[in-house]
Amino acid sequence: MESLQRIDLVGFGSLLAQLQAEGYTLIGPRLEAGTIDYGAIEGPDDLPIGWRDEQSPGRYRTLPRNDRAHFGFNATPASFKTRLHRSEETVLEVQRGEQGELRFVPVIPAVKKQAWIGARSCELAALAIQDRVLKDSADPDPRYAARREGVFIVAVHCGQAGGTCFCTSMNAGPKAEGGFDLALTEILDGPEHHFVVETGSDAGAALLERIPHSQPTAADLRRAADAIEHARATMGRHLDTDGLKTALYAQAQHPGWEEVADRCLACGNCTAACPTCFCSSYEDQVELDGANARRTRHWDSCFNADFTHLAGGPVRASTPARYRQWLTHKLASWHDQFGTSGCVGCGRCITWCPVGIDITAEASRIRQANGEPPK
Amino acid sequence: MPPTGTERPRLAVWKFASCDGCQLTLLDCEDELLALTDRVEIAYFPEASSRMLDGPYDLSLVEGSITTAEEAERIQDVRRQSKQLITIGACASAGGIQALRNFADIESFKRTVYAQPDTIESLATSTPIASQVPVDFELRGCPINKSQLLYVLNQALFGQRPTLPTHSLCGECKRAGVTCVMVAGGTPCLGPVTQAGCGALCPRHNRGCYGCFGPSETANTQALSPHLERLGMDPPALVRIYRTFNAAAPQFQAESQAHERD
Ligand code: SF4
Ligand code: SF4
Ligand code: SF4
Ligand code: SF4
Repeated sequence: MESLQRIDLVGFGSLLAQLQAEGYTLIGPRLEAGTIDYGAIEGPDDLPIGWRDEQSPGRYRTLPRNDRAHFGFNATPASFKTRLHRSEETVLEVQRGEQGELRFVPVIPAVKKQAWIGARSCELAALAIQDRVLKDSADPDPRYAARREGVFIVAVHCGQAGGTCFCTSMNAGPKAEGGFDLALTEILDGPEHHFVVETGSDAGAALLERIPHSQPTAADLRRAADAIEHARATMGRHLDTDGLKTALYAQAQHPGWEEVADRCLACGNCTAACPTCFCSSYEDQVELDGANARRTRHWDSCFNADFTHLAGGPVRASTPARYRQWLTHKLASWHDQFGTSGCVGCGRCITWCPVGIDITAEASRIRQANGEPPK
Repeated sequence: MPPTGTERPRLAVWKFASCDGCQLTLLDCEDELLALTDRVEIAYFPEASSRMLDGPYDLSLVEGSITTAEEAERIQDVRRQSKQLITIGACASAGGIQALRNFADIESFKRTVYAQPDTIESLATSTPIASQVPVDFELRGCPINKSQLLYVLNQALFGQRPTLPTHSLCGECKRAGVTCVMVAGGTPCLGPVTQAGCGALCPRHNRGCYGCFGPSETANTQALSPHLERLGMDPPALVRIYRTFNAAAPQFQAESQAHERD
């Protein structure tokens, strides 16, 4: 905490310019096609200055704000997952040599320097989960690891929460507690517009040294704390996680799974939008001339019947079973498997569900009602 | 190694009641066509070549639906002559747009359109190929997707069963990073109940999906329809949205009929 500094808007511009000078591609929020989503940016002018989002179950809109906030919005449609655990990628190439012999060549991307500008606390919590599963596990994914290596993170503590956010319930926000190189709190108070910066790594501290910064005043620190408190107070949703795992395990035969499945389209939007979901499938494609082949990996979903298709048929043959798998894995069995919840409370699955099914509402409904025994 | 030279498997492409669009997709495989003709002998493909060789054929691609007694007979013959039979397109797999007749009185159509309705020999319904003969694989779409076609052909030629996604289009939107038109724009979209395969063509252009690839594996149309109504579709509009190229696919047919009664 003694590492708190203050940078003004010019300093913020220098921060981005310095990262670029050090060879980083900047990935930050942009206003595009009716959403605020991450993409390549060149400087502060590319940010959605003065824009916010409005999120509710099954609905997302962008709207102008009445100030010039740079980060006055919440969870983006796509998470940073798309940058590391790509939705589609080639993992292996098979080439036929002149003698007819086969060569198997794994495809591993080169490490590229990318700086993420504006990653939120929930995003970093999700990143820590993905790191645990895809990088630091017994069987790491070398492609994820290579992309991850080049990432520099400029986090932003949320100054407001969205209509579907519930990170406070999941202990994942709105203030990032680690996993960043630098973290900003945007201060917007009348004519005051600057950032309080926290360093989270040696690389972050070194970068901060190279850009103009100053000591924050006591008022700055108070405003920064207020901003985060405001986010806490405006949290759109809440999930009671106390005893949730045991409660959900006890309700495996609850009729509520059938009820939600009547509304659920089994479309898989929730799993694709979720920053922690990692399930994938592999496909082999042989070229027409039979000389070369490629193995690709692509996102899959526990809502897809063919995802768990074994010789005898799909493991989870019905939508109730699939919805139960999704919710129970996120909120209960993830703890047993990976030692944390699989949910960081970003609310994406709620916003981007076309029919607005709300994981917080379903979880509390299922845990509360008394389950009927299986028929 | 793939078979070459004289051992090339023989391919036939057949047309029933259809617009030819799916056959054109095959002709549209310009870059891959040469590699393909190295692998197969195109023995029968009237749309492309006047050289028509007799059967039997190793692989038949069948476009179009069954709408006349002649077609109902001819498809039996095609099946007899074909080791493998793959249907291509919404007409062959679900009856096509011409299956709108299934919901109406064909005789009144004939009287309205033709000066001499007696000269028209047509069945009362348009039905998919699989309702007449066993089919080895159905390639969906109106029209079919070129890369899916090449994949299916390739698998068939290697003697492998093709596996194509049967889940909803939404998976393709998310994988391609296409913003959901329904959530972000309030635009009605059939994607959640439609099988993937087109590459999310319409949502990419900010349009809702029209269901060209037919119902997805778990098409929950009963859950989607009330939501489409909330987005502004009235029952007649709901009937129309489910009643296009895959009007006679069982899930879409049942859903359109449910709203006709509304
Ligand atoms: S389950 Fe939903 S709220 Fe939780 S992390 Fe995934 S998308 Fe976010
Ligand atoms: S879930 Fe929390 S950290 Fe994430 S955007 Fe919402 S308020 Fe910010
Ligand atoms: S919960 Fe919503 S987003 Fe998830 S599969 Fe069901 S309908 Fe689709
Ligand atoms: S645009 Fe349509 S197909 Fe794409 S995700 Fe949204 S509902 Fe699904």
